[in-house]
Amino acid sequence: MTDTLKPRDWEAHPPHRHPDYRSTALRGPTKPMIPVPSSLSELTGPVYGHEVVGELDADLTRNGASNGEPLGERIIVAGRVLDEDGRPQRNTLIELWQANAAGRYIDHGDSHDAPIDPNFFGGGRCVTDDEGRYRFITVKPGAYPWGNHTNGWRPNHIHFSLFGPSFTTRLITQMYFPGDPLLDLDPIYLGTPEAARERLVGKFSLDVTEENYALGYAFDIVLRGRNETPMES
Amino acid sequence: MAYKQTPSQTIGPFFAYGLTAEQYGYAFNQIATADLLAGVPDMDGERIKIVGRVLDGNGAAVSDAMIEIWQADGQGRYRHPADDRIANSGFRGFGRVGTGTDDQARFVFDTIKPASVDGVQAPHITICIFARGLLNHLFTRIYFDDEVNANASDPVLAAVPDDRRHTLLARRGEDVSGIHYTFDIALQGENETVFLDI
Repeated sequence: MTDTLKPRDWEAHPPHRHPDYRSTALRGPTKPMIPVPSSLSELTGPVYGHEVVGELDADLTRNGASNGEPLGERIIVAGRVLDEDGRPQRNTLIELWQANAAGRYIDHGDSHDAPIDPNFFGGGRCVTDDEGRYRFITVKPGAYPWGNHTNGWRPNHIHFSLFGPSFTTRLITQMYFPGDPLLDLDPIYLGTPEAARERLVGKFSLDVTEENYALGYAFDIVLRGRNETPMES
Repeated sequence: MAYKQTPSQTIGPFFAYGLTAEQYGYAFNQIATADLLAGVPDMDGERIKIVGRVLDGNGAAVSDAMIEIWQADGQGRYRHPADDRIANSGFRGFGRVGTGTDDQARFVFDTIKPASVDGVQAPHITICIFARGLLNHLFTRIYFDDEVNANASDPVLAAVPDDRRHTLLARRGEDVSGIHYTFDIALQGENETVFLDI
């Protein structure tokens, strides 16, 4: 137990407060965080694997279907979960949620005047394989307006939630789509350090695309790594 | 080859059906709930509730936050491969709850009080806060105000300025429903909770 975690990379993550994203004004902490060395509390975390993933959980075109298929453009999103040294993060849980193709969430709190799709729920999960790979089938989420600013619209995005090997490798992020003109107008995307933003954009991939079935997007996710210290002999 | 960390993005306002579906009444299961005792009846340790609110810069309770906790069992052991001690009767030690179903926007966890992990650190629970308006999740630790001696020698509490240390102490109370510890989280303000860069 001599490992230590690599620090959270504050050149990659957004600041706690970004004025253009108004909700941060009263919620983002103002005082510096206090660094704490890794102890067993930081190097451990909940372990979830295949036992929490149902048969249809990685196929959002089927897991909410009631009388047909969801409307919209069917897509495949696939990639690898790695750490900063490129090590695959095996058997790690990914949870995912998104709006439907019309830009409407099933969430009771979403009041956007766009239709609910009776065949689309929008939540799913899967576990990475031995090479850190994951794969979801879904429909491309629509853009939707939000009250942050006049005529503000969120770009198309899918929310991802990951654990990694410990509680401190926890990550919640969003995958965006290439070429989306709303990205350059989105305060949440633009709140991310410029050098790191592109890591949030999935890439169109013909390798992930399946002929006569669905376009594919590749999205790799990199979690914090760890420094391995040789054991004292 | 070096890989760079994927940036954090906010959980946003509409996470509930994906991450806490059962709690909010959606037709999907969730991996963990606010009841860490569910399915583990024969467990060592004192049964407690952890009760709190997330307060914004105006002191208003945040009703669209998600809270997760991670803790050792009543003998100070984590259920994880990095802890090679045998864990206590299936206690997983992980809880998750949203603040949107309680009429006061509280989170209420049912769990056991953890023991010291290593005999050096005082008993504590790691807590993580996600919410719309938080671009990064926030980590901190819940300590127990009745663990006066253990807290006095805890290395993490020692790293916190004296005048802010109280923000990490949960207050013990007791009523007909049992023992509870109150732990409010202030995102900003005079009593802003200490958040840890872990």
